[in-house]
Amino acid sequence: MKPLIVSPAPHAHSGDSVRKNMLLVIAALLPAYAVSLVAFGWGALITTLISVAACVCTEWVVAKYILKEKPTLGDCSAVLTGLLLAFNLPSNLPWWIVIIGAVVAIGVGKMTFGGLGQNPFNPALVGRVFLLISFPVQMTTWPQPQGFAGGYTDAVTGATPLSYLKNVLKGQGDMAASLPDLKDALLGMTGGSLGEVCALALIAGGIFLICMRVITWHIPVSILATVAVCAALTGWCGILPADMCTGQYVAYTLLTGGLMLGAFFMATDYVTSPMTGWGKIIFGIGIGLIVMVIRTWGAYPEGMSFAILIMNACVPLLNRIRPRRFGEKVRAAATDKK
Amino acid sequence: MNLIVISLLVLGITGCAAALLLYLTARKFKVEEDPRIDEVQEVLPGANCGGCGFAGCRALAEACVKSDSLDGLLCPVGGAPVMEKVGAILGMTAAASDPKIAVVRCNGVCAARPKTSEYDGVKNCRILHSLYVGETACPFGCLGCGDCVAACPFDAIHMNAETGLPEVDEEKCVACGKCAQACPRGIIELRKKGPKGRRMVVECVNKDKGAVARKACLNACIGCGKCQKECSFEAITVENNVAYIDSEKCRLCRKCEGVCPTGAIHAVNFPPKKPAAPAAEGQQTQPTAQKEEVQA
Amino acid sequence: MKTFRIGGVHPHDNKIYSAHQPIRECPLPDKAIIPLVQHIGAPAQAVVEKGQKVKVGELIAKAGGFVSANIHSPVSGTVTKIDVTSDAWGMKMPAIFIDVEGDEWLESIDRSTDVIRECSLEPKEIINCIQEAGIVGLGGACFPTHVKLMPPPGKKAEVLIVNGVECEPYLTCDHQLMLEHGEEIMTGIQILMRALGIQKAVIGIEKNKPDAIARMKELASRTLGVEVQPLRLKYPQGGEKQLIDACIRRQVPSGALPIEVGAVVDNVATIYAVYEAVQKHKPLISRVMTVTGKSVEKPGNYSVRFGTPLTQVVAEAGGVPEDTGKIIGGGPMMGRAMNNIDMPANKRVSGLLFLPEAESRRTEPENCIRCGKCVDACPMGLEPYLLSKQAEKKMWDEMEQHDVMDCIDCGCCLFTCPSHRPLLDYIRMGKATVGGIIRARAAKK
Repeated sequence: MKPLIVSPAPHAHSGDSVRKNMLLVIAALLPAYAVSLVAFGWGALITTLISVAACVCTEWVVAKYILKEKPTLGDCSAVLTGLLLAFNLPSNLPWWIVIIGAVVAIGVGKMTFGGLGQNPFNPALVGRVFLLISFPVQMTTWPQPQGFAGGYTDAVTGATPLSYLKNVLKGQGDMAASLPDLKDALLGMTGGSLGEVCALALIAGGIFLICMRVITWHIPVSILATVAVCAALTGWCGILPADMCTGQYVAYTLLTGGLMLGAFFMATDYVTSPMTGWGKIIFGIGIGLIVMVIRTWGAYPEGMSFAILIMNACVPLLNRIRPRRFGEKVRAAATDKK
Repeated sequence: MNLIVISLLVLGITGCAAALLLYLTARKFKVEEDPRIDEVQEVLPGANCGGCGFAGCRALAEACVKSDSLDGLLCPVGGAPVMEKVGAILGMTAAASDPKIAVVRCNGVCAARPKTSEYDGVKNCRILHSLYVGETACPFGCLGCGDCVAACPFDAIHMNAETGLPEVDEEKCVACGKCAQACPRGIIELRKKGPKGRRMVVECVNKDKGAVARKACLNACIGCGKCQKECSFEAITVENNVAYIDSEKCRLCRKCEGVCPTGAIHAVNFPPKKPAAPAAEGQQTQPTAQKEEVQA
Repeated sequence: MKTFRIGGVHPHDNKIYSAHQPIRECPLPDKAIIPLVQHIGAPAQAVVEKGQKVKVGELIAKAGGFVSANIHSPVSGTVTKIDVTSDAWGMKMPAIFIDVEGDEWLESIDRSTDVIRECSLEPKEIINCIQEAGIVGLGGACFPTHVKLMPPPGKKAEVLIVNGVECEPYLTCDHQLMLEHGEEIMTGIQILMRALGIQKAVIGIEKNKPDAIARMKELASRTLGVEVQPLRLKYPQGGEKQLIDACIRRQVPSGALPIEVGAVVDNVATIYAVYEAVQKHKPLISRVMTVTGKSVEKPGNYSVRFGTPLTQVVAEAGGVPEDTGKIIGGGPMMGRAMNNIDMPANKRVSGLLFLPEAESRRTEPENCIRCGKCVDACPMGLEPYLLSKQAEKKMWDEMEQHDVMDCIDCGCCLFTCPSHRPLLDYIRMGKATVGGIIRARAAKK
């Protein structure tokens, strides 16, 4: 008999792997990607391809030549970051800006901290916010959905639903009429970043991930619930114009902007979100509150990226919340008795 | 102009007030300590390795200052030169010391110790040791995962990929004892370096009966006791089927090496033995011939 | 359907290879080697000498203390020596060597197979009988059963929980035992209820054994105070703390024993041994083992006398398969990989699993991606990623504060980690070190 193999128990594994999880998330993003191609045409295609390619190349170069380690491209995390970064950008962004964003996202947002698993901030959002601050004009002119008929960088641009909503809150009431149909907001035929427009596809993708146990329900539900509650409160406070009811306002708040993309795909990023159930819920509530504060009173129409990055910074603190220990209630009761 | 003068005055006064506050606070909360502790700490190497038995160089400095003599206080990293300097500061004589070195008491090289299983877990000696006997049949031998290498703060021990055993760098080792603590099987021992670095070592700690030990490893000590009988200085004891050489009593005559049937006893750092001349040399050839016979 | 409330994973149950294989008797060996440590607690002390002739069921080693167990001869023959032998992990263990001659049993043992349902012994007599018979937990932990039946002063037993769960993949011996000897097990349950002075027993069985559930339900309907609780499939349901939580919704506090919540947990195989000891005066001399694996020729459930070399048991099952990479004593989640099968069968080994080489090697670990799946999977509510990192960095005090001593070694964390990190290996090392620190601290006081 050949020498036997000996290792500590357990000798079975679920078959789960990092790559499997990444591929499932990419799969969950495909419906939204398909809609973005229909809505934004060439811009969507080119931006996504450049973003993914640039992220992968940056990771390979940094791993091999700067960190001098074996590049771990096989786990597909760079591909996912590239895809998510592209989803957060307007599809008419010039290719060289996309590349800069990708280099910053992977190079600074991920590799400077030591590679996968070590970064405190969501890399795609680091790239996006860097671009937002460095190229504010290009990053805040969104194309209207025209499909492949519209060009790439010369697509016709216009205001997005969120900018309309912001004006609504500032009291320019008649803007409410120029808001797109809720149906369009759901299906993605509105202006906005590449991947954030189709709420329906994103929700479907998110539910798919929860069913496949890639993510848990805690973060998306707490974000959406907090935002809905805040929007409802805003409505009840009476600062909405007469021709918009609270329900409509809540619906628009939930379905437009980067909320769905952020809630299901960005905030749930493994590395930068808390490890325990309660930690995730508080994380989600925090994001929801910050987003609503920025959307209501802040200078920007959209605050999702900032909200997520701010809460990412709080994650080490949230990780100090312990999960429910077995026998905890009994232990608490016992110490009370003493 | 007025603005500048006012700014300068305000900042200047604030700065001076803060400086005064710091000075007074430092004076009030100053810890009275023997200034010699700082002086001694200056001459110590500052590696904080714990080799002296104290929790860091400052702790050793305190111990030196507070004690009446330097007996029993030794910094293995700095060695005699540093202890002399300490003695000079404190007006005491440094105790004469025998430098020590870490010795790996296993010679179960891959060639002599066949593998009986394949270990597929984490490369950590402590974990492997608590799991089972190891990849060979010897429950006492080196496991080769390098806990000792990871523990050494002086880069003085490395794994030899061919033999599968750790090797101690004579120049760098300061006998701090971290590798000995890390080894879950107690294979590494701190022994006297010996004159000119020469020492006799039984490179085996296998406590199984001779036949069992030999089956697991060709270089094992079988506890036959021949070395004990041969030694004229009573430096060797055989307990639990394994021989041990007491470095205090050993005179480095190398006779035990000559009679060991498995080659478990090693003479470290000796010059190579001169080839045996024909019978003209008389009694001297006897041990050498025996060793050559055994090795054949 | 009920199950325990925190954590758990779902490995493939792989029971198809040996399920429903009737229990087969393994032939007697020529030479039997009986180890003196087959239980938790002090080693047993040999009471026979070289050259002594012994019969089946005769006492050959006496318990070395209260938390210890008697050992009886599983064969008849002559004692050749009392020496040290190697176990399947290369470690030395003292054992009694017997040359087997025939199959002569002690006259006091009732070898008939009819079921005796009445028991009129007093509780103390029952416990004494169990102690004399050297019965230990046959679910894998080997804790002396009589100790469980004697709660310390101040603690009262309320419920007997019967472990018919067999949550480890591949193993089917308990299942088969319930199908073939259900009546004896039910009688054993009644005997234990009498010994503990309680009126309630719950039999936990996972729903992948519908025939066992049906059989035990049928028997329980005729037995006062006994109910069957079918349970949702989840590992490690068979862990006693998890089983108590699943069956009666009580969680044993950290560091305490099940008796703290009034529960006593026993495996069905142990209860069968109790029946045989009390009703048939037969001490513990054999057990049913599952020999299984994808490539095993005749996988199944074998009744093996202790002392039989495992090589012989495997030969009964068709021999070691060609493509074997790993041989595991027990199930794949908590069983220990062996480096040889020269060891004899004993109370501790509940099964032999042969894994093909293709499935025997671990995947190269990657960085921790902080997914939190290990935290979700841990049935004790611990944080394996944190404990593992702390163990690597030798942060023993922090590990103690993060409740590392609550870890039950189930392996759910390593099973579920997408990065294949060796979490449990480091946590085990941490547990051993922290345990030592705690004991040293207690000794100082």
